[in-house]
Amino acid sequence: MEVKEQLNNVTAPADHLLGKRMPAKPLNKAAIVTRLTLFILAALTVYAFYSFDYKELDFMDALLGTFANLKTIFLEPHLKHFSFGHALYQVMVTLGLAFLTTLFGAIIAVLFGLLAAENLSSKRVSIVIKSMVAFIRAVPTVLWVLIFAVAAGLGSTAAVIGMTFHSIGYLIKAYSESFEELDRGVIEALQASGANWWQIVFQAVIPSSITYMISWTFLRFEINFAVAVAMGAAAGAGGIGFDMFMASSFYLDMREIGAITYFILAVAITLEVFAARIKRKLNTA
Amino acid sequence: MQADIFAKKKRNTLAFLLLLGAVTILAMIITEYNALKGFASIPKAIQWGMANFYPTAESLEKLPVILEKLQETLLVSIAATTAAAVFALLFSIFGSNTTRVNAFFGAITRGIATVFRNIDVAAWALILLFSFGQSALTGYFALFFGSFGFLTRAFTETIDEVSGGSVEALKATGAGYFSIIFQSVIPSSIPQLISWILFMIETNIRSATLIGLLTGSGIGFTFNLYYKSLAYDTASLVVVVIIAAILLIEYASNYVRKVIL
Repeated sequence: MEVKEQLNNVTAPADHLLGKRMPAKPLNKAAIVTRLTLFILAALTVYAFYSFDYKELDFMDALLGTFANLKTIFLEPHLKHFSFGHALYQVMVTLGLAFLTTLFGAIIAVLFGLLAAENLSSKRVSIVIKSMVAFIRAVPTVLWVLIFAVAAGLGSTAAVIGMTFHSIGYLIKAYSESFEELDRGVIEALQASGANWWQIVFQAVIPSSITYMISWTFLRFEINFAVAVAMGAAAGAGGIGFDMFMASSFYLDMREIGAITYFILAVAITLEVFAARIKRKLNTA
Repeated sequence: MQADIFAKKKRNTLAFLLLLGAVTILAMIITEYNALKGFASIPKAIQWGMANFYPTAESLEKLPVILEKLQETLLVSIAATTAAAVFALLFSIFGSNTTRVNAFFGAITRGIATVFRNIDVAAWALILLFSFGQSALTGYFALFFGSFGFLTRAFTETIDEVSGGSVEALKATGAGYFSIIFQSVIPSSIPQLISWILFMIETNIRSATLIGLLTGSGIGFTFNLYYKSLAYDTASLVVVVIIAAILLIEYASNYVRKVIL
Protein backbone atom coordinates (compact mmCIF):
# COMPACT_ATOMS: atom_id res chain seq x y z
CA MET A 1 0.00 0.00 0.00
CA GLU A 2 2.69 2.36 1.05
CA VAL A 3 4.77 1.40 -1.92
CA LYS A 4 1.92 2.13 -4.28
CA GLU A 5 1.41 5.55 -2.80
CA GLN A 6 5.04 6.31 -3.19
CA LEU A 7 4.92 5.21 -6.80
CA ASN A 8 2.02 7.55 -7.36
CA ASN A 9 4.05 10.36 -5.92
CA VAL A 10 6.93 9.60 -8.18
CA THR A 11 4.86 9.52 -11.36
CA ALA A 12 2.75 12.50 -10.42
CA PRO A 13 5.19 15.25 -11.42
CA ALA A 14 5.55 13.67 -14.83
CA ASP A 15 1.82 13.97 -15.48
CA HIS A 16 1.71 17.68 -16.04
CA LEU A 17 4.50 17.40 -18.56
CA LEU A 18 2.53 14.94 -20.67
CA GLY A 19 0.09 17.58 -21.77
CA LYS A 20 2.65 19.75 -23.55
CA ARG A 21 5.36 17.39 -24.61
CA MET A 22 8.33 18.91 -26.33
CA PRO A 23 8.76 17.73 -29.89
CA ALA A 24 11.32 14.93 -29.85
CA LYS A 25 13.18 16.38 -32.81
CA PRO A 26 12.87 19.92 -34.14
CA LEU A 27 11.91 20.02 -37.80
CA ASN A 28 15.00 21.24 -39.60
CA LYS A 29 15.86 21.35 -43.28
CA ALA A 30 17.39 17.86 -43.30
CA ALA A 31 14.27 16.33 -41.74
CA ILE A 32 12.01 18.11 -44.22
CA VAL A 33 14.05 16.96 -47.21
CA THR A 34 14.17 13.40 -45.84
CA ARG A 35 10.39 13.27 -45.49
CA LEU A 36 9.81 14.95 -48.82
CA THR A 37 12.12 12.49 -50.60
CA LEU A 38 10.39 9.51 -49.05
CA PHE A 39 6.98 10.96 -49.87
CA ILE A 40 7.89 11.68 -53.51
CA LEU A 41 9.33 8.19 -53.97
CA ALA A 42 6.22 6.60 -52.45
CA ALA A 43 3.91 8.71 -54.61
CA LEU A 44 5.84 7.90 -57.78
CA THR A 45 5.75 4.20 -56.92
CA VAL A 46 1.98 4.21 -56.51
CA TYR A 47 1.60 6.14 -59.76
CA ALA A 48 3.97 3.71 -61.50
CA PHE A 49 1.89 0.70 -60.55
CA TYR A 50 -1.21 2.51 -61.74
CA SER A 51 0.31 3.44 -65.09
CA PHE A 52 2.09 0.19 -66.03
CA ASP A 53 1.26 -1.31 -69.38
CA TYR A 54 0.24 -4.77 -68.19
CA LYS A 55 -0.72 -5.94 -71.71
CA GLU A 56 -3.72 -7.87 -70.38
CA LEU A 57 -1.43 -9.95 -68.27
CA ASP A 58 -3.15 -11.84 -65.47
CA PHE A 59 -0.90 -10.92 -62.58
CA MET A 60 -1.68 -13.84 -60.30
CA ASP A 61 -1.40 -16.31 -63.16
CA ALA A 62 1.97 -14.93 -64.17
CA LEU A 63 3.20 -14.91 -60.58
CA LEU A 64 2.22 -18.53 -60.00
CA GLY A 65 3.72 -19.36 -63.39
CA THR A 66 6.94 -17.68 -62.32
CA PHE A 67 7.16 -19.77 -59.19
CA ALA A 68 6.59 -22.94 -61.21
CA ASN A 69 9.22 -21.77 -63.71
CA LEU A 70 11.71 -20.88 -61.00
CA LYS A 71 11.25 -24.36 -59.59
CA THR A 72 11.99 -25.90 -62.98
CA ILE A 73 14.92 -23.57 -63.58
CA PHE A 74 16.69 -24.05 -60.29
CA LEU A 75 15.76 -27.59 -59.31
CA GLU A 76 16.00 -29.39 -62.66
CA PRO A 77 18.90 -27.79 -64.51
CA HIS A 78 20.49 -29.57 -67.46
CA LEU A 79 22.75 -28.82 -70.41
CA LYS A 80 21.39 -29.82 -73.78
CA HIS A 81 22.83 -27.61 -76.50
CA PHE A 82 26.41 -27.66 -75.27
CA SER A 83 28.63 -29.66 -72.94
CA PHE A 84 29.93 -28.90 -69.47
CA GLY A 85 33.40 -28.22 -70.89
CA HIS A 86 32.01 -25.77 -73.42
CA ALA A 87 30.13 -23.94 -70.67
CA LEU A 88 33.30 -23.74 -68.61
CA TYR A 89 35.17 -22.34 -71.61
CA GLN A 90 32.45 -19.73 -72.17
CA VAL A 91 32.72 -18.70 -68.52
CA MET A 92 36.44 -18.22 -69.14
CA VAL A 93 35.66 -16.06 -72.17
CA THR A 94 33.37 -13.87 -70.07
CA LEU A 95 36.02 -13.62 -67.36
CA GLY A 96 38.55 -12.71 -70.07
CA LEU A 97 36.34 -9.89 -71.32
CA ALA A 98 35.96 -8.61 -67.76
CA PHE A 99 39.72 -8.84 -67.20
CA LEU A 100 40.66 -6.96 -70.37
CA THR A 101 38.19 -4.16 -69.72
CA THR A 102 39.30 -3.80 -66.12
CA LEU A 103 42.99 -3.74 -67.09
CA PHE A 104 42.59 -1.20 -69.90
CA GLY A 105 40.25 0.84 -67.75
CA ALA A 106 42.65 0.84 -64.79
CA ILE A 107 45.69 1.89 -66.84
CA ILE A 108 43.89 4.79 -68.49
CA ALA A 109 42.09 5.74 -65.28
CA VAL A 110 45.32 6.08 -63.27
CA LEU A 111 46.56 8.72 -65.69
CA PHE A 112 43.29 10.65 -65.81
CA GLY A 113 42.69 10.09 -62.11
CA LEU A 114 45.94 11.95 -61.36
CA LEU A 115 44.81 14.82 -63.56
CA ALA A 116 41.34 14.80 -62.00
CA ALA A 117 42.63 15.01 -58.43
CA GLU A 118 42.45 18.64 -57.39
CA ASN A 119 45.60 18.54 -55.27
CA LEU A 120 47.74 17.21 -58.13
CA SER A 121 46.54 19.30 -61.05
CA SER A 122 44.80 22.60 -61.58
CA LYS A 123 41.19 23.18 -60.66
CA ARG A 124 40.21 23.79 -64.26
CA VAL A 125 41.65 20.51 -65.58
CA SER A 126 40.00 18.68 -62.72
CA ILE A 127 36.57 20.12 -63.52
CA VAL A 128 36.91 19.33 -67.24
CA ILE A 129 37.82 15.70 -66.55
CA LYS A 130 35.17 15.28 -63.89
CA SER A 131 32.41 16.53 -66.18
CA MET A 132 33.66 14.22 -68.93
CA VAL A 133 33.42 11.35 -66.45
CA ALA A 134 29.85 12.36 -65.56
CA PHE A 135 28.96 12.30 -69.25
CA ILE A 136 30.61 8.90 -69.85
CA ARG A 137 28.83 7.41 -66.87
CA ALA A 138 25.45 8.81 -67.90
CA VAL A 139 25.39 6.74 -71.10
CA PRO A 140 24.46 3.13 -70.29
CA THR A 141 27.25 0.62 -71.08
CA VAL A 142 25.15 -1.25 -73.61
CA LEU A 143 24.72 1.94 -75.65
CA TRP A 144 28.50 2.53 -75.68
CA VAL A 145 29.00 -1.02 -76.92
CA LEU A 146 26.37 -0.67 -79.64
CA ILE A 147 27.78 2.69 -80.75
CA PHE A 148 31.28 1.20 -81.08
CA ALA A 149 29.81 -1.85 -82.79
CA VAL A 150 28.91 0.34 -85.77
CA ALA A 151 32.60 1.13 -86.29
CA ALA A 152 34.22 -2.15 -85.18
CA GLY A 153 31.48 -4.66 -86.01
CA LEU A 154 29.42 -6.57 -83.48
CA GLY A 155 31.65 -8.78 -81.37
CA SER A 156 34.17 -8.93 -78.56
CA THR A 157 36.26 -6.01 -79.88
CA ALA A 158 33.40 -3.53 -79.75
CA ALA A 159 32.30 -4.94 -76.41
CA VAL A 160 35.72 -4.51 -74.79
CA ILE A 161 36.07 -0.94 -76.03
CA GLY A 162 32.52 0.00 -75.02
CA MET A 163 32.83 -1.60 -71.59
CA THR A 164 36.25 -0.01 -71.05
CA PHE A 165 34.65 3.42 -71.43
CA HIS A 166 32.43 2.84 -68.45
CA SER A 167 35.22 1.29 -66.38
CA ILE A 168 37.41 4.33 -67.06
CA GLY A 169 34.68 6.67 -65.86
CA TYR A 170 34.07 4.65 -62.72
CA LEU A 171 37.74 4.16 -61.83
CA ILE A 172 38.72 7.81 -62.49
CA LYS A 173 36.12 8.81 -59.93
CA ALA A 174 37.29 6.23 -57.39
CA TYR A 175 41.04 6.85 -57.91
CA SER A 176 40.86 10.64 -57.91
CA GLU A 177 38.86 10.61 -54.68
CA SER A 178 41.47 8.48 -52.95
CA PHE A 179 44.28 10.67 -54.36
CA GLU A 180 42.55 13.73 -52.97
CA GLU A 181 42.56 12.23 -49.49
CA LEU A 182 46.35 12.52 -49.37
CA ASP A 183 47.55 15.06 -46.82
CA ARG A 184 48.35 18.43 -48.38
CA GLY A 185 51.49 18.63 -46.21
CA VAL A 186 53.09 15.56 -47.79
CA ILE A 187 52.93 17.10 -51.27
CA GLU A 188 54.18 20.46 -49.99
CA ALA A 189 57.10 18.81 -48.20
CA LEU A 190 58.12 16.96 -51.33
CA GLN A 191 57.74 20.07 -53.46
CA ALA A 192 59.91 22.01 -51.00
CA SER A 193 62.59 19.36 -51.23
CA GLY A 194 62.63 19.84 -54.99
CA ALA A 195 60.80 16.71 -56.14
CA ASN A 196 59.15 16.97 -59.53
CA TRP A 197 55.57 15.98 -60.33
CA TRP A 198 56.36 12.39 -61.35
CA GLN A 199 58.44 11.83 -58.23
CA ILE A 200 55.60 13.09 -56.05
CA VAL A 201 53.18 10.78 -57.83
CA PHE A 202 55.31 7.65 -57.65
CA GLN A 203 56.87 8.15 -54.24
CA ALA A 204 53.94 9.59 -52.27
CA VAL A 205 50.57 9.57 -53.99
CA ILE A 206 50.40 6.07 -55.43
CA PRO A 207 52.07 4.22 -52.51
CA SER A 208 49.70 5.83 -50.02
CA SER A 209 46.53 5.04 -51.96
CA ILE A 210 47.50 1.69 -53.50
CA THR A 211 45.30 -0.33 -51.10
CA TYR A 212 42.22 1.68 -52.03
CA MET A 213 43.10 1.41 -55.69
CA ILE A 214 43.43 -2.37 -55.54
CA SER A 215 40.15 -2.88 -53.75
CA TRP A 216 38.30 -0.49 -56.09
CA THR A 217 39.83 -2.16 -59.14
CA PHE A 218 38.83 -5.59 -57.94
CA LEU A 219 35.33 -4.33 -57.20
CA ARG A 220 35.18 -3.06 -60.78
CA PHE A 221 36.34 -6.49 -61.99
CA GLU A 222 33.38 -8.03 -60.15
CA ILE A 223 31.03 -5.51 -61.78
CA ASN A 224 32.64 -6.08 -65.17
CA PHE A 225 31.98 -9.79 -64.94
CA ALA A 226 28.25 -9.09 -64.53
CA VAL A 227 28.41 -6.49 -67.31
CA ALA A 228 30.22 -8.95 -69.59
CA VAL A 229 27.43 -11.49 -69.07
CA ALA A 230 24.88 -8.83 -69.97
CA MET A 231 26.85 -7.68 -73.03
CA GLY A 232 27.09 -11.26 -74.23
CA ALA A 233 23.31 -11.41 -74.10
CA ALA A 234 22.49 -7.96 -75.48
CA ALA A 235 25.37 -6.98 -77.75
CA GLY A 236 26.86 -10.19 -79.14
CA ALA A 237 30.04 -10.09 -77.09
CA GLY A 238 30.12 -13.88 -76.76
CA GLY A 239 30.77 -15.84 -73.61
CA ILE A 240 28.25 -17.38 -71.23
CA GLY A 241 25.87 -14.45 -71.60
CA PHE A 242 25.36 -15.24 -75.27
CA ASP A 243 24.53 -18.88 -74.45
CA MET A 244 22.05 -17.65 -71.89
CA PHE A 245 20.42 -15.37 -74.45
CA MET A 246 20.18 -18.25 -76.93
CA ALA A 247 18.67 -20.57 -74.31
CA SER A 248 16.12 -17.94 -73.35
CA SER A 249 15.12 -16.48 -76.71
CA PHE A 250 15.75 -19.23 -79.27
CA TYR A 251 15.62 -22.67 -77.62
CA LEU A 252 13.19 -21.54 -74.88
CA ASP A 253 14.96 -24.06 -72.67
CA MET A 254 14.37 -23.14 -69.03
CA ARG A 255 16.47 -25.94 -67.59
CA GLU A 256 19.50 -24.85 -69.56
CA ILE A 257 19.01 -21.31 -68.22
CA GLY A 258 19.07 -22.84 -64.74
CA ALA A 259 22.39 -24.57 -65.41
CA ILE A 260 23.91 -21.38 -66.86
CA THR A 261 22.62 -19.36 -63.90
CA TYR A 262 24.40 -21.75 -61.55
CA PHE A 263 27.64 -21.21 -63.48
CA ILE A 264 27.31 -17.43 -63.23
CA LEU A 265 26.36 -17.61 -59.57
CA ALA A 266 29.35 -19.82 -58.74
CA VAL A 267 31.82 -17.43 -60.39
CA ALA A 268 30.21 -14.31 -58.93
CA ILE A 269 30.19 -15.67 -55.37
CA THR A 270 33.81 -16.86 -55.74
CA LEU A 271 34.81 -13.36 -56.85
CA GLU A 272 32.94 -11.80 -53.95
CA VAL A 273 34.60 -14.05 -51.37
CA PHE A 274 37.97 -13.35 -52.98
CA ALA A 275 37.32 -9.60 -52.89
CA ALA A 276 36.38 -9.74 -49.22
CA ARG A 277 39.60 -11.63 -48.49
CA ILE A 278 41.75 -9.12 -50.39
CA LYS A 279 40.05 -6.28 -48.55
CA ARG A 280 40.69 -7.87 -45.16
CA LYS A 281 44.32 -8.59 -46.03
CA LEU A 282 44.90 -5.03 -47.20
CA ASN A 283 43.24 -3.57 -44.13
CA THR A 284 45.43 -5.57 -41.76
CA ALA A 285 48.63 -5.05 -43.75
CA MET B 1 70.24 -5.83 -45.97
CA GLN B 2 68.65 -2.67 -47.39
CA ALA B 3 69.63 -3.64 -50.91
CA ASP B 4 68.06 -7.04 -50.41
CA ILE B 5 64.70 -5.53 -49.60
CA PHE B 6 64.77 -3.37 -52.71
CA ALA B 7 65.91 -6.27 -54.88
CA LYS B 8 63.12 -8.43 -53.50
CA LYS B 9 60.58 -5.67 -54.09
CA LYS B 10 61.79 -5.28 -57.65
CA ARG B 11 61.57 -9.03 -58.24
CA ASN B 12 58.02 -9.11 -56.84
CA THR B 13 56.94 -6.24 -59.07
CA LEU B 14 58.51 -7.89 -62.11
CA ALA B 15 56.82 -11.23 -61.36
CA PHE B 16 53.48 -9.46 -60.92
CA LEU B 17 53.86 -7.62 -64.24
CA LEU B 18 54.83 -10.82 -66.06
CA LEU B 19 51.81 -12.62 -64.63
CA LEU B 20 49.57 -9.72 -65.63
CA GLY B 21 50.98 -9.78 -69.15
CA ALA B 22 50.51 -13.53 -69.49
CA VAL B 23 46.89 -13.37 -68.30
CA THR B 24 46.25 -10.46 -70.69
CA ILE B 25 47.55 -12.40 -73.67
CA LEU B 26 45.55 -15.45 -72.65
CA ALA B 27 42.42 -13.35 -72.25
CA MET B 28 42.96 -11.76 -75.66
CA ILE B 29 43.29 -15.19 -77.28
CA ILE B 30 40.20 -16.78 -75.76
CA THR B 31 37.96 -13.75 -76.21
CA GLU B 32 39.26 -13.24 -79.77
CA TYR B 33 39.87 -9.62 -78.96
CA ASN B 34 41.82 -7.83 -81.65
CA ALA B 35 43.86 -5.08 -79.99
CA LEU B 36 44.79 -3.24 -83.19
CA LYS B 37 41.25 -3.27 -84.48
CA GLY B 38 40.03 -2.22 -81.07
CA PHE B 39 42.18 0.87 -80.84
CA ALA B 40 41.66 1.70 -84.50
CA SER B 41 37.91 1.64 -83.94
CA ILE B 42 37.97 4.55 -81.49
CA PRO B 43 38.83 7.29 -84.01
CA LYS B 44 36.61 5.54 -86.54
CA ALA B 45 33.69 5.60 -84.10
CA ILE B 46 34.26 9.28 -83.35
CA GLN B 47 34.41 10.09 -87.06
CA TRP B 48 31.23 8.13 -87.71
CA GLY B 49 29.52 9.73 -84.71
CA MET B 50 30.32 13.22 -85.97
CA ALA B 51 28.89 12.37 -89.37
CA ASN B 52 25.77 10.41 -88.45
CA PHE B 53 25.04 10.25 -84.75
CA TYR B 54 23.24 13.48 -83.94
CA PRO B 55 19.55 14.36 -83.77
CA THR B 56 18.09 16.06 -86.82
CA ALA B 57 14.96 18.16 -87.19
CA GLU B 58 13.08 15.14 -88.52
CA SER B 59 13.91 13.00 -85.54
CA LEU B 60 12.53 15.65 -83.20
CA GLU B 61 9.06 14.64 -84.36
CA LYS B 62 9.55 11.34 -82.54
CA LEU B 63 10.33 13.15 -79.28
CA PRO B 64 6.85 12.74 -77.68
CA VAL B 65 6.95 8.95 -78.24
CA ILE B 66 10.47 8.75 -76.83
CA LEU B 67 9.58 10.83 -73.77
CA GLU B 68 6.59 8.62 -73.09
CA LYS B 69 8.84 5.54 -73.13
CA LEU B 70 11.39 7.33 -70.96
CA GLN B 71 8.69 8.08 -68.41
CA GLU B 72 7.72 4.42 -68.35
CA THR B 73 11.34 3.37 -67.81
CA LEU B 74 11.87 5.94 -65.05
CA LEU B 75 8.73 4.85 -63.24
CA VAL B 76 9.69 1.17 -63.50
CA SER B 77 13.14 1.92 -62.05
CA ILE B 78 11.78 3.99 -59.17
CA ALA B 79 8.96 1.58 -58.31
CA ALA B 80 11.33 -1.40 -58.37
CA THR B 81 13.83 0.39 -56.15
CA THR B 82 11.34 1.52 -53.50
CA ALA B 83 9.65 -1.86 -53.25
CA ALA B 84 13.05 -3.57 -53.09
CA ALA B 85 14.14 -1.09 -50.41
CA VAL B 86 11.22 -2.05 -48.16
CA PHE B 87 12.08 -5.74 -48.38
CA ALA B 88 15.79 -5.02 -48.11
CA LEU B 89 15.24 -3.04 -44.89
CA LEU B 90 13.39 -5.99 -43.38
CA PHE B 91 16.07 -8.45 -44.44
CA SER B 92 18.95 -6.23 -43.37
CA ILE B 93 17.48 -5.78 -39.89
CA PHE B 94 17.30 -9.56 -39.58
CA GLY B 95 20.71 -9.98 -41.20
CA SER B 96 22.73 -7.30 -39.40
CA ASN B 97 24.98 -8.43 -36.60
CA THR B 98 23.68 -5.78 -34.21
CA THR B 99 19.94 -6.23 -34.72
CA ARG B 100 19.44 -9.84 -35.80
CA VAL B 101 17.10 -12.08 -33.80
CA ASN B 102 19.63 -14.92 -33.74
CA ALA B 103 22.70 -16.04 -35.65
CA PHE B 104 20.93 -18.78 -37.61
CA PHE B 105 18.24 -16.44 -38.94
CA GLY B 106 20.88 -13.85 -39.76
CA ALA B 107 22.91 -16.28 -41.83
CA ILE B 108 19.85 -17.38 -43.80
CA THR B 109 18.73 -13.85 -44.68
CA ARG B 110 22.26 -12.91 -45.72
CA GLY B 111 22.52 -16.05 -47.85
CA ILE B 112 19.29 -15.25 -49.68
CA ALA B 113 20.51 -11.72 -50.37
CA THR B 114 23.84 -13.05 -51.69
CA VAL B 115 22.08 -15.28 -54.21
CA PHE B 116 19.81 -12.47 -55.43
CA ARG B 117 22.69 -10.03 -55.69
CA ASN B 118 24.99 -12.27 -57.66
CA ILE B 119 22.51 -13.09 -60.41
CA ASP B 120 22.80 -10.09 -62.70
CA VAL B 121 19.69 -8.11 -63.66
CA ALA B 122 20.17 -9.17 -67.29
CA ALA B 123 20.06 -12.82 -66.20
CA TRP B 124 16.94 -12.12 -64.10
CA ALA B 125 15.33 -10.51 -67.15
CA LEU B 126 15.97 -13.60 -69.26
CA ILE B 127 14.62 -15.87 -66.52
CA LEU B 128 11.48 -13.79 -66.00
CA LEU B 129 10.84 -13.38 -69.72
CA PHE B 130 9.23 -16.85 -69.71
CA SER B 131 6.32 -15.92 -67.46
CA PHE B 132 5.84 -12.19 -67.88
CA GLY B 133 6.56 -11.87 -71.59
CA GLN B 134 7.23 -8.50 -73.16
CA SER B 135 5.49 -6.42 -70.51
CA ALA B 136 6.83 -3.77 -68.17
CA LEU B 137 6.58 -6.28 -65.33
CA THR B 138 9.50 -8.37 -66.64
CA GLY B 139 11.81 -5.41 -66.28
CA TYR B 140 10.18 -4.44 -63.02
CA PHE B 141 10.80 -7.78 -61.34
CA ALA B 142 14.30 -8.13 -62.80
CA LEU B 143 15.23 -4.74 -61.33
CA PHE B 144 13.40 -5.59 -58.12
CA PHE B 145 15.39 -8.79 -57.51
CA GLY B 146 18.71 -7.22 -58.42
CA SER B 147 18.10 -4.12 -56.27
CA PHE B 148 16.84 -6.23 -53.40
CA GLY B 149 20.11 -8.17 -53.25
CA PHE B 150 22.31 -5.09 -53.53
CA LEU B 151 20.33 -2.94 -51.11
CA THR B 152 20.21 -5.68 -48.49
CA ARG B 153 24.00 -5.78 -48.45
CA ALA B 154 24.32 -1.99 -48.40
CA PHE B 155 21.66 -1.58 -45.68
CA THR B 156 23.21 -4.32 -43.53
CA GLU B 157 26.58 -2.61 -43.65
CA THR B 158 25.00 0.77 -42.85
CA ILE B 159 23.10 -0.59 -39.86
CA ASP B 160 26.22 -2.36 -38.58
CA GLU B 161 28.21 0.85 -38.87
CA VAL B 162 25.71 3.32 -37.48
CA SER B 163 23.92 1.60 -34.67
CA GLY B 164 26.36 -0.61 -32.77
CA GLY B 165 26.69 1.54 -29.66
CA SER B 166 23.14 2.87 -29.46
CA VAL B 167 21.61 -0.60 -29.66
CA GLU B 168 23.75 -1.74 -26.74
CA ALA B 169 22.84 1.37 -24.74
CA LEU B 170 19.12 0.92 -25.34
CA LYS B 171 19.30 -2.78 -24.50
CA ALA B 172 20.90 -1.84 -21.20
CA THR B 173 17.97 0.47 -20.39
CA GLY B 174 15.60 -2.43 -20.99
CA ALA B 175 14.01 -1.19 -24.22
CA GLY B 176 12.12 -3.78 -26.25
CA TYR B 177 13.25 -5.08 -29.66
CA PHE B 178 10.79 -3.01 -31.68
CA SER B 179 11.41 0.20 -29.81
CA ILE B 180 15.14 -0.25 -30.38
CA ILE B 181 14.55 -0.69 -34.12
CA PHE B 182 12.07 2.15 -34.56
CA GLN B 183 13.53 4.65 -32.09
CA SER B 184 17.21 4.16 -32.73
CA VAL B 185 18.28 1.97 -35.64
CA ILE B 186 16.03 3.35 -38.38
CA PRO B 187 16.19 7.07 -37.42
CA SER B 188 19.97 7.05 -37.13
CA SER B 189 20.57 5.23 -40.41
CA ILE B 190 17.83 6.82 -42.56
CA PRO B 191 20.07 9.42 -44.27
CA GLN B 192 22.48 6.69 -45.39
CA LEU B 193 19.60 4.47 -46.46
CA ILE B 194 18.10 7.24 -48.60
CA SER B 195 21.50 7.87 -50.13
CA TRP B 196 21.74 4.20 -51.12
CA ILE B 197 18.19 4.22 -52.50
CA LEU B 198 18.97 7.24 -54.70
CA PHE B 199 22.16 5.55 -55.92
CA MET B 200 20.15 2.44 -56.75
CA ILE B 201 17.61 4.45 -58.75
CA GLU B 202 20.43 5.93 -60.86
CA THR B 203 21.91 2.49 -61.46
CA ASN B 204 18.51 1.01 -62.25
CA ILE B 205 17.76 3.55 -64.96
CA ARG B 206 20.94 2.46 -66.75
CA SER B 207 20.10 -1.21 -66.23
CA ALA B 208 16.52 -0.59 -67.37
CA THR B 209 17.88 0.46 -70.76
CA LEU B 210 19.73 -2.85 -71.03
CA ILE B 211 16.74 -4.87 -69.85
CA GLY B 212 14.55 -3.01 -72.31
CA LEU B 213 16.87 -4.16 -75.10
CA LEU B 214 16.60 -7.78 -73.96
CA THR B 215 12.89 -7.93 -73.20
CA GLY B 216 11.45 -5.48 -75.71
CA SER B 217 10.02 -2.81 -73.45
CA GLY B 218 10.73 0.75 -72.37
CA ILE B 219 13.36 3.11 -73.71
CA GLY B 220 15.87 0.32 -74.43
CA PHE B 221 13.47 -1.18 -76.94
CA THR B 222 12.90 2.22 -78.53
CA PHE B 223 16.65 2.67 -78.99
CA ASN B 224 17.02 -0.83 -80.42
CA LEU B 225 14.18 -0.22 -82.85
CA TYR B 226 15.77 2.89 -84.38
CA TYR B 227 19.30 1.47 -84.13
CA LYS B 228 18.42 -1.71 -85.99
CA SER B 229 16.49 0.15 -88.67
CA LEU B 230 19.61 2.34 -89.14
CA ALA B 231 17.71 5.51 -88.14
CA TYR B 232 20.77 6.77 -86.31
CA ASP B 233 19.52 10.34 -85.95
CA THR B 234 16.51 9.19 -83.91
CA ALA B 235 18.63 6.66 -82.00
CA SER B 236 21.00 9.48 -81.02
CA LEU B 237 18.03 11.51 -79.82
CA VAL B 238 17.12 8.58 -77.54
CA VAL B 239 20.68 8.60 -76.16
CA VAL B 240 20.54 12.36 -75.57
CA VAL B 241 17.24 12.01 -73.73
CA ILE B 242 18.65 9.20 -71.54
CA ILE B 243 21.76 11.24 -70.71
CA ALA B 244 19.64 14.26 -69.80
CA ALA B 245 17.39 12.16 -67.56
CA ILE B 246 20.30 10.49 -65.75
CA LEU B 247 22.21 13.75 -65.21
CA LEU B 248 19.06 15.41 -63.91
CA ILE B 249 18.41 12.61 -61.42
CA GLU B 250 22.07 12.62 -60.38
CA TYR B 251 21.82 16.35 -59.74
CA ALA B 252 18.64 15.95 -57.68
CA SER B 253 20.06 13.11 -55.60
CA ASN B 254 23.33 14.98 -55.02
CA TYR B 255 21.28 17.87 -53.68
CA VAL B 256 19.31 15.59 -51.35
CA ARG B 257 22.53 13.94 -50.17
CA LYS B 258 24.16 17.28 -49.44
CA VAL B 259 21.23 18.35 -47.28
CA ILE B 260 20.57 15.16 -45.32
CA LEU B 261 24.04 13.70 -44.78
